[in-house]
Amino acid sequence: MSHFAELMDRNRVSRGRQRKVANATMLSLTGLVTALALIPLFWIIGYVLIRGGKNINLDFFIHLPRPLGMTGGGVLSAIEGTLVVTFLAALFAIPPGVLAAFYAARYPNTPLGVVLRFSTDVLSGVPSIVVGLFAYSAIVVPMGHYSGLAGGAALAVIMLPTIIRTTEEMLKLVPATLREASLGLGAPEWKTSLSVLFPAASSGIVTGFLLALARAAGETAPLLMTTLGNERFDIGQIFRAGVQGHKSVFTILWSIVNQPVDSLPLALWKYAQQPYPERVQQAWAVALVLMLFVLIVNISARVWIQNRSRRMKG
Amino acid sequence: MQKSKFSSRSRSGSLPRLFQHGDRPWRGVIILISGLVIILMLSIGGMLWVKSGGARSAFGWSFLAPTANPNWDPVNNNFQAWPFLFGTLLTSLFAILFALPIGLGIAIFLAELCPAWLRTPLTWLVELLAAIPSVVYGLWGIFIFLPQVVAPIGAFLGDTLGKVPLLGSLFTGPIPASGASRLAASLVLTIMIIPTIAAVSRDVFLAIPGSQREAAKALGATEWETIWQVLIPYGRSGILGAVILGLGRALGETMAVTMVIGNSIQGGVSLLQPGYTMASIIANEFAEAVSGLHTDSLIEIGLVLFIITLLLNIVARFLVWQVARQTPQEVRV
Repeated sequence: MSHFAELMDRNRVSRGRQRKVANATMLSLTGLVTALALIPLFWIIGYVLIRGGKNINLDFFIHLPRPLGMTGGGVLSAIEGTLVVTFLAALFAIPPGVLAAFYAARYPNTPLGVVLRFSTDVLSGVPSIVVGLFAYSAIVVPMGHYSGLAGGAALAVIMLPTIIRTTEEMLKLVPATLREASLGLGAPEWKTSLSVLFPAASSGIVTGFLLALARAAGETAPLLMTTLGNERFDIGQIFRAGVQGHKSVFTILWSIVNQPVDSLPLALWKYAQQPYPERVQQAWAVALVLMLFVLIVNISARVWIQNRSRRMKG
Repeated sequence: MQKSKFSSRSRSGSLPRLFQHGDRPWRGVIILISGLVIILMLSIGGMLWVKSGGARSAFGWSFLAPTANPNWDPVNNNFQAWPFLFGTLLTSLFAILFALPIGLGIAIFLAELCPAWLRTPLTWLVELLAAIPSVVYGLWGIFIFLPQVVAPIGAFLGDTLGKVPLLGSLFTGPIPASGASRLAASLVLTIMIIPTIAAVSRDVFLAIPGSQREAAKALGATEWETIWQVLIPYGRSGILGAVILGLGRALGETMAVTMVIGNSIQGGVSLLQPGYTMASIIANEFAEAVSGLHTDSLIEIGLVLFIITLLLNIVARFLVWQVARQTPQEVRV
C-alpha cells in the first residue's frame, strides 16, 4: 500500500469515527433536551400539589375572602365568579362556533370559507390581553361599568377559534358515506348536518368545547379589564336578597352577570403579589384548584379524542 | 321541454317551496355566522384603532420611536411606548434563542427517533406545558424559579459576559436579589413557547416524505446527517413558521411575564435589569389608568401588539402552508 493510500485510509477511518461520534452525540442531545423541557412541568406540578395541598381545606371552598390580617376564609367569590364567567363564555362561543364550523367543513374552498379559516387562525393568535382591550372598548365602555358579562364575552372570543377548528376537524372525520346516505334518503342538508353529522362527531366536538373551556378558565389578562374582581361576590346572597325583594328570576340572573365578579386566576394574581404570607398561601391553594381543573379536563379530553378518532379512522 | 319546465318551476317557486327543505335558511344562517366571525376579527383591529385615536393624534409616531430618555408620565399626560416595545422585543428574541434548539430537538426526537410506545405520552407531556395557566407559571416563577435558578444564572452571567466589551452592555448586573428581571421573563417565556415550537416543527418533520430519508441513508448518511443535512433544509420554511408562531405567543404573553419581569421603566438595555413589556404595562396600569389619554396610550400599545401578531401569524401560516403544499399527499407518512 502506498503511503498516500495509507493516509487516505486512515483519514477515512477517523472520519468515520468522527461521524459516528457526532451522530451519537447529537441524537442523545435531542433526547436530553426533551427530558430537560419536561423538568419544569414536573417541577411546577409537584410544587403546586405540595404547597397548595398544605393550604387547602373545606373553608377554602365555602367562605368568602376575609379582610387582610384575619386568617382563614376562602375564595368562594372567585370560584363562583369563574363558574359564571366560563359559563357565559361557553354560551356565547359554542353556538356560533359550531355553525361557523359547519360552513368551514362543508365549503372549505369558497372565498368565504378561505377567509373564515384564515380569520380563525388570526383570532387564535391574538394575545388575550388585546382581546381584553377589545371587550373593554366594546362592552365595558358602552355599559358604563365592569361586569361578568364583559368577561364572558372576552373569554368567548378566546374560545371561539378553538371551537371552530376542533369542530371542523371532527366533522371532516365523519365518513362521507354517512352524509351521502342521508342525502340519498332525501334528507335536506340542514337535517343531515344536525341529525347525522353532528351526532356522529359529537363526542369529539364536546371534547373540543372542554379543551377551549379549560384554556379560557385559566385566562387572566382579559379579565383584568372586564370583570375587574369583586371579593364580595356571592351568588347565594344575591339570590336571597332578590327573593326577599320579590324580584323575578330574570332580574336576579341579570344582576349576577351585570356586576364586577371575581375569578380564580384573578385572585391568584392579586394574592401572589401581596406581602402577606396568608394571602400567598391562599394563592398556592388557588393555583392547585386551577391547575387540577385545567389538567384533568385537558388530559381526559385528549384521551377521549384519541380513542374517538382512532375508532372513526379504523 | 320537460326539463326546462321543471327548472323554471323550482326557480320561481312560491315562498313555502323556497323554504321547503329548509336548506336556504340553513345556508343563510351558517353564512351569516361565518361572516360574523370574520367581522369580529376585523372589528378587534378597528375598535383598537378608533379607541387609540387620542394617543395617536397627541403623540404621532414619536409614541413608538426609540428614545434614550423615555417618558411615561400619567401625571403630566406624557407617554412614550419605547421601553415596552424594547422590553417585549428583547425578552421575546432571547426566549426564541433559547427555545428554538430545545423545541427543535424535541421535534426531532418525537418525529424521528422516539420509540413508538413513548411517542404519544411524550407528545402529551410536552403539550401539557402549554396547558398550565399563565398565572400558575408566574406564581411558580416568583417563589421558586426566580430565586433558585434565575438569580444564580444572572449573577454568573453578570460576572462573566458582563465583563466582555460591547456584548457586556446586555449583561450588566447586578441582577436584583429576587431575580425579577428581563432574563427571568425570557426564561419563563422559553418554557412557555417550547410546546408551540416543538409541536409545529414535529408536524413539519412528519410531513416530509419518507423517500427523502431513504435516499439520504442509501447514500450512506448517518441518522444525524440525514436530519441535519436533508430533513431540516427540506422543512426549513415550516420550522421558520414554527419559530414565528412561538414568537407570536411570546410577544402576547402577559401574566407570567408581568409577575417576573420586575415592572420598571428605567433599566437600560441589560437583560439582568428589571423591565416592562407591552402586555405587562397594559395588565398593570389599565384598570387604574388615570386619564383618557393614559387609557388611549395603553390601547395604542395593544393596537401595536395586535398588528405585530397579525403580521407574524400571516407569515407563519403562509410558511407552514407552503411546506404542506409542496409535499405530495400520497407519499406523506
